Amino acid sequence: MFANLDLQQLLFGRFTIEQIPYHEPILQATFAGVAVVGLTVLGVITYYRFWGPMWRDWITSIDHKKIGIMYCIFAGVMLLRGFADAILMRSQQAVAFGQEQGFLPPHHYDQIFTAHGMIMIFFVAMPFVTGLMNFAVPLQIGARDVAFPFLNNFSFWMTVAGGMLVMVSLFVGEFSRATWLAYPPLSGAAMSPGVGVDYYIWALQIAGIGTLLSGINLIATIVKMRAPGMTMMKLPIFVWSSLCTNILIVAAFPILTAVLAMLSLDRYVGTHFFTNDLGGNAMLYFNLIWIWGHPEVYILILPAFGVFSEITSTFCGKRLFGYTSMVYALVVITILAYLVWLHHFFTMGSGADVNSFFGITTMIISIPTGAKIFNWMFTMYRGRIRFEVPMLWVVAFIVTFVIGGMTGVLLAVPPADFVLHNSLFLIAHFHNVIIGGVLFGMFAGVTFWFPKAFGFKLDEFWGKMALVFWVTGFYVAFMPLYVLGLMGVTRRMQHFDDPSLQIWFVIAAIGAALIACGIASQIIMFVVSIRNRDKLRDLSGDPWGGRTLEWSTSSPPPDYNFAFTPVVHDSDAWWDMKNRGFDRPLKGYRPIHMPKNTAAGAILAALNFTFGIAMVWYVWWLAALSFVAIFVVAIAHTFNYNRDYYIPADVVSRTEGQRTRELEMA
Amino acid sequence: MTSKTHRPDRTDTATRRGGRGRRLLPLLTLPLLTLLGGCNFVVLHPAGYVAEQQRNLVLAATGLMLLIIVPVIAFTLIFAWRYRATNEDAVYDPEWHHSTQLEVLIWTAPLMIIIALGALTWIGTHTLDPFRPLSKIDPKRDVPAGTVPLEVEAIAMDWKWLFLYPQYGIATVNELAAPVDRPIRFKITATDVMNTFYVPTLAGMVYAMPGMQTQLHAVVNRAGAYEGRSAHYSGAGFSNMVFKFHGLTNESFDQWIAKAKAQGGELTQEAYLKLEEPSEAEPARLYKSYMKGLYDRIIGMCPRPDQMCVGEMVKIDAQGGASGAEAAENYKRLQYDNRLAERGVEGPGATAPASETAPHGQTQPQGMQPRPDMGNPDVREQKAPDSQGKGSGEGQSEGGQIAPKQLNQ
Amino acid sequence: MMHAETAPPGAAAPVFYQTDEEGHHSEGSTMLGFWLYLMSDCLIFATLFATYGVLGRSYAAGPTPKELFDLPGIAVNTAMLLFSSITYGFAMLEMDRNRVKQTQIWLAVTGLFGVAFVALEIREFVHLFHEGAPPWRSAFLSSFYTLVGTHGLHVSMGILWLVVLMVQVSKRGLIVENKRRLMCLSMFWHFLDLIWIGVFTVVYLMGVLE
Repeated sequence: MFANLDLQQLLFGRFTIEQIPYHEPILQATFAGVAVVGLTVLGVITYYRFWGPMWRDWITSIDHKKIGIMYCIFAGVMLLRGFADAILMRSQQAVAFGQEQGFLPPHHYDQIFTAHGMIMIFFVAMPFVTGLMNFAVPLQIGARDVAFPFLNNFSFWMTVAGGMLVMVSLFVGEFSRATWLAYPPLSGAAMSPGVGVDYYIWALQIAGIGTLLSGINLIATIVKMRAPGMTMMKLPIFVWSSLCTNILIVAAFPILTAVLAMLSLDRYVGTHFFTNDLGGNAMLYFNLIWIWGHPEVYILILPAFGVFSEITSTFCGKRLFGYTSMVYALVVITILAYLVWLHHFFTMGSGADVNSFFGITTMIISIPTGAKIFNWMFTMYRGRIRFEVPMLWVVAFIVTFVIGGMTGVLLAVPPADFVLHNSLFLIAHFHNVIIGGVLFGMFAGVTFWFPKAFGFKLDEFWGKMALVFWVTGFYVAFMPLYVLGLMGVTRRMQHFDDPSLQIWFVIAAIGAALIACGIASQIIMFVVSIRNRDKLRDLSGDPWGGRTLEWSTSSPPPDYNFAFTPVVHDSDAWWDMKNRGFDRPLKGYRPIHMPKNTAAGAILAALNFTFGIAMVWYVWWLAALSFVAIFVVAIAHTFNYNRDYYIPADVVSRTEGQRTRELEMA
Repeated sequence: MTSKTHRPDRTDTATRRGGRGRRLLPLLTLPLLTLLGGCNFVVLHPAGYVAEQQRNLVLAATGLMLLIIVPVIAFTLIFAWRYRATNEDAVYDPEWHHSTQLEVLIWTAPLMIIIALGALTWIGTHTLDPFRPLSKIDPKRDVPAGTVPLEVEAIAMDWKWLFLYPQYGIATVNELAAPVDRPIRFKITATDVMNTFYVPTLAGMVYAMPGMQTQLHAVVNRAGAYEGRSAHYSGAGFSNMVFKFHGLTNESFDQWIAKAKAQGGELTQEAYLKLEEPSEAEPARLYKSYMKGLYDRIIGMCPRPDQMCVGEMVKIDAQGGASGAEAAENYKRLQYDNRLAERGVEGPGATAPASETAPHGQTQPQGMQPRPDMGNPDVREQKAPDSQGKGSGEGQSEGGQIAPKQLNQ
Repeated sequence: MMHAETAPPGAAAPVFYQTDEEGHHSEGSTMLGFWLYLMSDCLIFATLFATYGVLGRSYAAGPTPKELFDLPGIAVNTAMLLFSSITYGFAMLEMDRNRVKQTQIWLAVTGLFGVAFVALEIREFVHLFHEGAPPWRSAFLSSFYTLVGTHGLHVSMGILWLVVLMVQVSKRGLIVENKRRLMCLSMFWHFLDLIWIGVFTVVYLMGVLE
């Protein structure tokens, strides 16, 4: 093969050219597709000379708004990847019955469901949530940026670096086949010696650093940088939900980091944390990963709750019903999130006392959640509801989410879980809450804040089409899975023997196709809206009759968000300002102190990516080199004391003058 | 419209409309009904008393929750419709945001439901604890005094199920049988990775974990052949990790035992070591006997006589461990996870391309170009994994092994 | 305004904009943010402690704490770290008095104590390897090395950070940014001290005296 094998190993670790799966037509086609799209994008960027502006205005930007937008774009791109996996799974399961083996062999199918779960949680839902929080929180609290703008940029690029590692695994080597939580002993070195689990581990570790830092950043922002007068009980409810989410992040992600570090020690060093032999204990992994994993569920759903609260009260033209109980509900959920993890493995045999304790704590979480749903309901009561696209998502969410909540509480009854655990009923349940709750919330939030971010609304027709397809597609795709679960059909099957089940999987595949139409509608929506941006333009900065401070500034907001920091007297601060009549100050501008852009975040993330690749492939020299380089760059960055500048008063004055003219035109 | 002459017309229309409705309704529900009727809701119509109680709990819990879910959905839709912006008649009260009575209601209503459900859960979890021996064999009959439960030791292997019947001395692969109305006591473990023992019609599922034992008590009330499988993903052959569960009358069960005794082979140590290598879609097989202490050796992770069983290890640990040459010797005897790799058999998760070994799976899926070595065990064994990589640096062994090097120090 | 007709009659309009403001207060944010980071780090240690609690008695028929640990040696080790905390405290006192040279001296002493601690720890690990007790010997040793090693790694990072700060102080003096950084490192250093007290008690004392 190679004359000098040792040199080859020294230089490339365990990488050989055979590791590129060029034999497989599906991957060939995917690679060709990715290459064509990628080259087109690069070509367009080069043709329009976007490289400079992209580097200056986006990649190195520490502006929380731009970082938030980039998070959402990243989440959207990864959604396409995760959804492609979903389509592959649905089509495989729709055909692989009896003699028919389908088109995906187990080793490929198992990678797909692992990647689907992992991508959808870590690289779609998480960046979506983080993106919206990044964009909206500083605006809603009347701040000019987050507490640590550089860390914000760094966090984003670390998330991207993690996502890139997963994408690379598609074309170089393979991805993990050990399910999205990589349960040992299956994910251990003895059972899964390939690079797949290593890709998984390093992708999560690198992205996890980003998530943790972003969590710290947003807590510090919310606690320290609120506008004067904004006491905790006057925080917009989305900010409250963000605060709870970020507390959950800071208190949960370190556990994931530690448990994955132990798994990688098992794989790289040969320790015995989770092995079968020499005293290892795989049940410990189950417990630790779910002590992170269950709060993670609430990390995703709480911001969605916040988005729904903002949208409901805005489009009902009415104060949120029961603000105080909403806040307490959030806090109760945050605390209880740590007391329920064991319900993910009732079937491990913990004994009746332990199981019923965790079952009942799980049910208790449904009380504050139920209270929140009632609160949205009573916000609608005596409102004047404008059914624009975001509000339609809210109605779709409430109806869908309560069904998912009900099946969730059902699964929290341990004896019921004994028959439904690991079945398709469980799959239907968590898609019911994650699609119906988190994704609908994110879509609603994107539609809601899009005009703030870009200055024009999204096309309403295609927005409604997307909604219709997503909602019907969801029901068509997942109701059959509830049915199949009641037939005792379990998850992660690459092939079925019983042909009578096939019809249900065919229906589910049709549902997936409908969701694909929903995604297509969303893409069309963006294209159409950008083309018709002048018609959809909003000059007022407040297209929906908003209630919170982000609507008080221009769309898109200037770099400094607010020329003068607003003073808050009410939980619906902007609503209050409009009601009582406010004067927008037109002179007396001062220079505004702002942080400078920096490339350090992107460079550090690129080095981390290199380090991850090197570790996955055992290229020790490169790992050592990039590890040292990370420290060198980080330390060099600390020697730069010149990190901020002042926007001169006349620039502020010009920008605000422009805003004055726009307001007159609006 | 009040005139009598119009009445027949209206009734006519009504009938016609109703008639169309009556014709349409079955038409619409027909596909759904045939679908639902044609399939086997095994969770809702189980053949075992334990699963039946679990079903009842599922239904009761669902009913309880519907008490609150249905009104919530209804009111959401009603409010959404009634307070739409175009409906100028509806009351609009933009500052109405608090009502103590309503707040009390929206916290106590779910609370009441959860209290009821919590009580149900506490009782149900304790009575249906899989570790708890049965006291009844169906809703009406207690377990007759002096009944000895059928003992079955279920072992999840890559990717098949081994069942030992210690009371009869027989063993089976991928086939399980039990007499109707006799309590069964399963002891469950696994050889390599986690699995779940799941016979939907019989009782709930319980994890099968290497080196550990879980239990499940169950009884089957209706004779018949049912599906059983692993419900916890365990690697490439997982989809084919199915077995048949036969509920048999007492006579048929005795005949089945006799058949195993007459026709089955012997599960010797050698046969077991061959069996524990990963394989898929194994046909059902009967053994007339199995090696003595096999279950204890599996759970102790010491199938080979030169290995140290976990029980002995725990004893040594309790007495203060070991040191020096003795500890080194123990270390060698306690190796378990890499035993397959040492024999040149790939682990359950090791497939192409990264491990440089061919994937498991005996069928060539359509739409895939055949890989040079795919599905061909001969090629798989010949392939020397010389490009395996460096392991973690230390403990590099002489190579020729599939497992990562760090396992072989 | 869209909802003007339903608005409550506007009382005297209060101040809605702050027209005479100062810059935002990054000092407070940094300390809070760093404290949050320490809490998250604390959770990593909590996880490792919990793991040690679960696996710490699984000797896999091999060496036990009683046999492996040399308490007097560890006591010296502990003393090094405790002294380093005290000397860091002296450095902070000097920093408050804006005395660059004295601050630097105390920082250097702290760093030397830290190096001594790490060196002693490495020596202990080497010794354990010779005793036939590497991390892959048993679950007990895996969790032991990981817990103690993670702490040692933190101390090493702290030393690196200390050196960087000493260079920065020598270049720029005790400016606001450098003081803030020294404060952060101070929190980090004392935090590691606290963790070590936990390690010393749970791993070494309880392991040997059992």
